[in-house]
Parts: sequence; structure tokens; C-alpha cells
Amino acid sequence: MIYIYYLLVLGFLATAAIGLVASWIDRKVTARVQYRVGPPILQPLIDIVKLLGKETLIPAGSSKITFLAAPVLGFASVVVVSTLLWLNNINFNQSFLGDLIVVLYLLTLPSISIIIGGFASRNPLASIGASREMKLILAYELPFILAVLVPVIQSGFSIKLGEILNFQAQNGAIIGSLSGVLAFIVIAMCIQAKLALVPFDMAEAETELIGGPLVEYSGSGLAMYKLTKNMLLFVLPFFCMILLMGGFVFSGIHIFYGILKYIGLVALITVIRNTNPRVRIDQAVRFFWGPMTIIAIVAVILALNGL
Amino acid sequence: MSFKLKALLKSPWVFHLSTGSCNNCDIEILDCLTPRFDIERFGMLLVGSIKHADVLLVTGSVNRNCIPRIKDVYEQMPRPCLVVAIGECSLSRGMFIHSYNCPLPLDKVIPVDVYIPGCPPRPEAIIAGIVKLIGKVKKSITKK
Repeated sequence: MIYIYYLLVLGFLATAAIGLVASWIDRKVTARVQYRVGPPILQPLIDIVKLLGKETLIPAGSSKITFLAAPVLGFASVVVVSTLLWLNNINFNQSFLGDLIVVLYLLTLPSISIIIGGFASRNPLASIGASREMKLILAYELPFILAVLVPVIQSGFSIKLGEILNFQAQNGAIIGSLSGVLAFIVIAMCIQAKLALVPFDMAEAETELIGGPLVEYSGSGLAMYKLTKNMLLFVLPFFCMILLMGGFVFSGIHIFYGILKYIGLVALITVIRNTNPRVRIDQAVRFFWGPMTIIAIVAVILALNGL
Repeated sequence: MSFKLKALLKSPWVFHLSTGSCNNCDIEILDCLTPRFDIERFGMLLVGSIKHADVLLVTGSVNRNCIPRIKDVYEQMPRPCLVVAIGECSLSRGMFIHSYNCPLPLDKVIPVDVYIPGCPPRPEAIIAGIVKLIGKVKKSITKK
């Protein structure tokens, strides 16, 4: 019973609320960087409510069930990931062995749902966007998993998020070490690519592919994709916090520190997004398989040597 | 129904369709997004795909080649939706009124909710037109 409570209240409601506020922060900071005023705080919520009330159009000749089921797949996986993360963060011993691997797999599913939806919608622009998204997954998964190995190695080869958090609670955050800093750089870049934000948004390029894989989606399907993306804006920095920065501690001054860590990560993502142009897909693959993989391998070697 | 429309008025996403205009009206529309006017304050966004849009902005004279395409785009827009005609050309064909290629004004092709005259209309005029549109929809909600 307690797990259903975690799933609904923390996994869905809290994550969605924090994610919507985070996406408002993102839009507001973007507006301020461009010397504009920016939208009011409830704007992301109003967008979702409006999209839920719109008509859902299904393109002629598309695969209807796949087209409608794809957004649900991504949304469900994000809810499960955030439930697992909250569970581990609240009580270190509540989870099962190997949940880190489950989280890594489930974090790929939102991108895969975008690919499925793009190919199911029978639109050439959506197909191009979906194929770019696929190449991007191939590009960033390698350095991401290598960087995730650093906290695993440092906490004595444990693949349980609770044990990684427990290790950090006793020995200080992993980002304090040299290999932790290198892993953080790689994970920050991979978060940017996983969120499909500006240096790596070639899959959804608004000006070039008019929305990419989402071009045929309208109404509730689009609302679900938007909500999934807003929730990922909370889940991915939270995952990074758990792996490298000791998670979110619910006691005294540490609550304040936790909020600061999260807002700092969101601000970092927004600043990267606002100060960079979009790169081509081949440049992105080269970037991730070249410098990022090398940095990640160096971090892993340093971690194996205890640095 | 009214709840849907209320949310729509708070975040109208705009799709911009140029049916062969001289680009002046298009530039004035883009002006509305600049720091000076910043219509994102009211939740308005320019979207690339008609399937995401709530408001269709039409600029330019409606010529023979464009008429089937305008109808196509209008039918692809998810309901509830609104149409705004911007500029003298789409309102009344402007200087092309005697042209063989412009048989109809826009409102004979698809239903139009608000007309914004001018050649080109200033960004202030466009924003005033959108305010009138929002007022009109609000009035229709209270009537129902």
C-alpha cells in the first residue's frame, strides 16, 4: 500500500509539480536572458490543461494504436523512475538490488517513445526527427553509462542507489573527488542531450523540422509528451544529485542545500541552452564518442585508482 | 466547454500562414515576439506545426493556388480554434482587388474571427486585435 502512495503522490504529483515549476524557471530565465519579461508562473500548467482539452487528430494511414500508445509508454517510465529515485532518497534500505540498472534502462524509454511516435505518425519530417533521436541515443548512452560507473566504483561496486547514497552520507559527496568532477561534466552534457535542449535539439529542431517527431501530435498526446519532458527536467537533475551530490536530505539546513543543488543544476542546463547554437547530428555523435567518452574513461580509471 | 476555452485564451499558440504576402505583415508578426512587445507574457507562442496551433494567422492575398491549401490547413487545425486575418490583402485583397488571380477575400474561403487592417499593421495594432479577439470569445462564453 505504501508503494502505491509513493507512486501516486511522489512519483506523479510531486514530480509533475516540481517539473512544471522547473520548466517555468527555464522559460523565465530564457526570457530574461533575451531581455524579455517572460510568462507567468502558472503558464506550463495552463498549456497542459489547454492541450488536454483540444481535439486529438490521428493522421490518415498511420498506425493508430502505436500512435496513441507511444506517449503513454514514455510517461509511465518517467513516473516509475521518479518513484524509484524518491524511494531511495527517503529510505536507503527500501529498494532492491540492481535498481540503478533498472533506472538506466527506464531513462532511455522516453526517447524511445518519441522515436516510436515519430515513426508511427507517417510524416517525413517526423521520420527524420525520429532517426536523429535514435542516433543521439546511440551517441550519449556510452559516455553516460561510463560516467555512472564512477559512483558505482567509488561506493565499493554497489549497483544499489541506496548504498551509493549511504556511502555519500558517510564519506562526503562523490563530486568532491577528481573523478567525480569529470563524471559530473559528462553527466551534465548527457542530461542536456536526454532533455533535447538546445545544443543537442536537432531531433525537435523547431525551425528546421517544425517539431520533429511530435509534428503530427495534437491534443492529449502532445500534452503527455510535454508533461513527460517537464517531469524529465526534474528527474534527470535529481538522478545526477543522487549519484554525485548526496541526494536530497530531509533534515534542517540540508533541505535548503538540496533545493540550492537542484536550482543550480536547472540554471546550469538553462545557461548552456541559451548560450549555444544547435549542432548538427554528426557533430553531436563526434562530440559524445570523442571528448566525452575519453573524459568518462579517464574518470573511471581515476576512480579505480581511488582518486 | 467554457473551461477549455478559458485555458485556450490563457495560452493561445499561434501558427503563421503566409498565402503569398509581400513579407511586411510577417515581419510585423515577428516583431510582436521581440523584447519590446514580448507576447510570451500572455502565453502566446509561435509554433511550427499546424497540429499544435490554436490560432491561425493568415497574411497575404488569397490567390487561386493557395485556396485549396488554406482549406487544407484550416481542416487540419485541432478544434477549438480561431482564425485571424492580418493585413489589407487578406481582408479585402488590397491593391490586388482587380487581379485575375485573387478571386475571393479570405472570409469567403474560411470563417474569420478577427480582422486586423493595415498595410502592414503595426505590432500595437496586432496586439489590440488579439485583445479584441479574447474579449469576443469571453463574451460568447458568458452568453452560453
